[in-house]
Amino acid sequence: MLYSPAPMHIPDGFLSTMVAVILWVITIGVVGYALRRVGKDLGERQVPLMGVLAAAIFAGQMLNFTVAGGTSGHLMGAAIATILLGPWAAVIVLTTVVGVQALIFQDGGLLALGANIFNMGIIGVAVSYFVYRSVQKLSGGKTWGLYVGGFAAAWLSIVVAALAVALQLALSGTSPANIAVPAMGGIHMLIGIGEGLITVGALAFVHAARRDLLHIGEAAPTGGKAVWVGGLVIALLLAVLSPLASAHPDGLEWVAEQKGFLDTAQQPLYNLIPDYVFPGISNEALATIVAGIVGTLIVFGVALGLAFWRRRKTA
Amino acid sequence: MHLHFLDPYQPRNSPVHALDARLKFVLTLAFILTVSLTPAGAWPVYILLLALVVSAEVLSGLGIGYVQKRALLALPFVLAALPVIFTLYGRPLFSLPIGGWTLTASVEGLERFVSVALKSWLSMQAAVVLAAATQFPELLQAMRAVGIPRLLVAMFGLMWRYLFVLVDEALRLMRARAARSAWGTEAGKRSGGSVAWRARVTGGMAGSLFLRAFERSDRIYVAMLARGYDGEVRALPLPPLRAAGWFLLAAGLTLFGLLLIFAYAFWG
Repeated sequence: MLYSPAPMHIPDGFLSTMVAVILWVITIGVVGYALRRVGKDLGERQVPLMGVLAAAIFAGQMLNFTVAGGTSGHLMGAAIATILLGPWAAVIVLTTVVGVQALIFQDGGLLALGANIFNMGIIGVAVSYFVYRSVQKLSGGKTWGLYVGGFAAAWLSIVVAALAVALQLALSGTSPANIAVPAMGGIHMLIGIGEGLITVGALAFVHAARRDLLHIGEAAPTGGKAVWVGGLVIALLLAVLSPLASAHPDGLEWVAEQKGFLDTAQQPLYNLIPDYVFPGISNEALATIVAGIVGTLIVFGVALGLAFWRRRKTA
Repeated sequence: MHLHFLDPYQPRNSPVHALDARLKFVLTLAFILTVSLTPAGAWPVYILLLALVVSAEVLSGLGIGYVQKRALLALPFVLAALPVIFTLYGRPLFSLPIGGWTLTASVEGLERFVSVALKSWLSMQAAVVLAAATQFPELLQAMRAVGIPRLLVAMFGLMWRYLFVLVDEALRLMRARAARSAWGTEAGKRSGGSVAWRARVTGGMAGSLFLRAFERSDRIYVAMLARGYDGEVRALPLPPLRAAGWFLLAAGLTLFGLLLIFAYAFWG
């Protein structure tokens, strides 16, 4: 059978009901807004365009290439959908893809569907959009920006979505964070390379064959800035939460237990914060977080400076 | 009718197939929610839930073997929950010395792991039965009935309709690639160029798949316009649920509720 489930889709049973329901609520809100947004931008064209492109993403996920030793790289498609369609339409397309995968192929659970749409459709798209737009801006519309941005968007969207999966599992008490975060993150840092390479190949093809299509997603849509900020916040938040959680798996477990609504009903409220130290934060984790943020800012600053300098020179 | 190898629908003549899709959809979701809410370690409740889903499998004529084969697809994910056996504090069960480390399994950890695996397995079976015993267009009606926006349901429907066309397109692309690049059966002999080159070729295939989909969606849109499409998604009103349907729905939901009360009364 050609259809193989990806490790990114959470099956039912792995998320606690609370986590699943909260992610459903967020997902419904965002998808509802995206649906209205796309309706305004595309009008009556949206049904055929979104439907057929969702089918194309689904079929595109079957394309694979051998890497080594029986492993193969294949496409998830969040980045390429975002680049070609713009963020709101990409959210709708990926919602449709993930929904049909869960309903028909049991690739991901039904109760966990909200979480899966959230991870792939919302986090994946927001992070892709943030990275791609940033690199695009820095490159000043040059071709290298398309390729570098495409690769970086694809890679980061996969890694950040995987971290989100790991944190959700940890929060559900299903998998300890100090094992789930490095394992999911590590595997998807490799998988992301395949995703990035295919995305670049696809962008190169579209660039050669139908350059006009690349500018549809580029025309900054209304609310594009909000998505950009959202992508930045999600990427930073997960960069902060992941080391925190893996340094203190018990802390997260503890939070999960407190948050579990059955326990909350039985426990007095003042137990939420023990009297001497805020849970989960010690110097070690704090240092990792601060290093993460500073590192991100430095890389960002250097890239910005470089682009500014290059533009000055050409002007 | 053209049956695609991907379509999980299994035509049978069974009461489960004949049941209103709305009922099947809502009851399946309620079942999965019940499974999710059942506390860890409430083994009797898990057994009762398993009995329910297995009886649906038998009743549907799909056969337990078929459902199990599909339900085991999610098995690899269980690995993610494996470490919890050793990390959850509780009564020690056994210790595994690995190098300088000692892993101690706890009873609570094992209990949680087995519960997660069981929950996943039970939910999977219910979803497989739903997909195999319900035609997708009926499932779309059920989605409309529970209040999923009509526009989204229309997109789901359109995606389903063109899914097989585009999957065939992707398979043709892969066949063309296989025909043009040598493929050695000997181990250790690589086919094609470097990994980057292979990825680029695959990317080109993905790109051309997208372009074809874009162009196809244009043609579909024009065809829809020619048939009077004006942006409004119209559908026949759903037939009302009959009394027997309401009774089944109420009975099912009550049963799930009772199982949960039972579970929390003794293991909560």
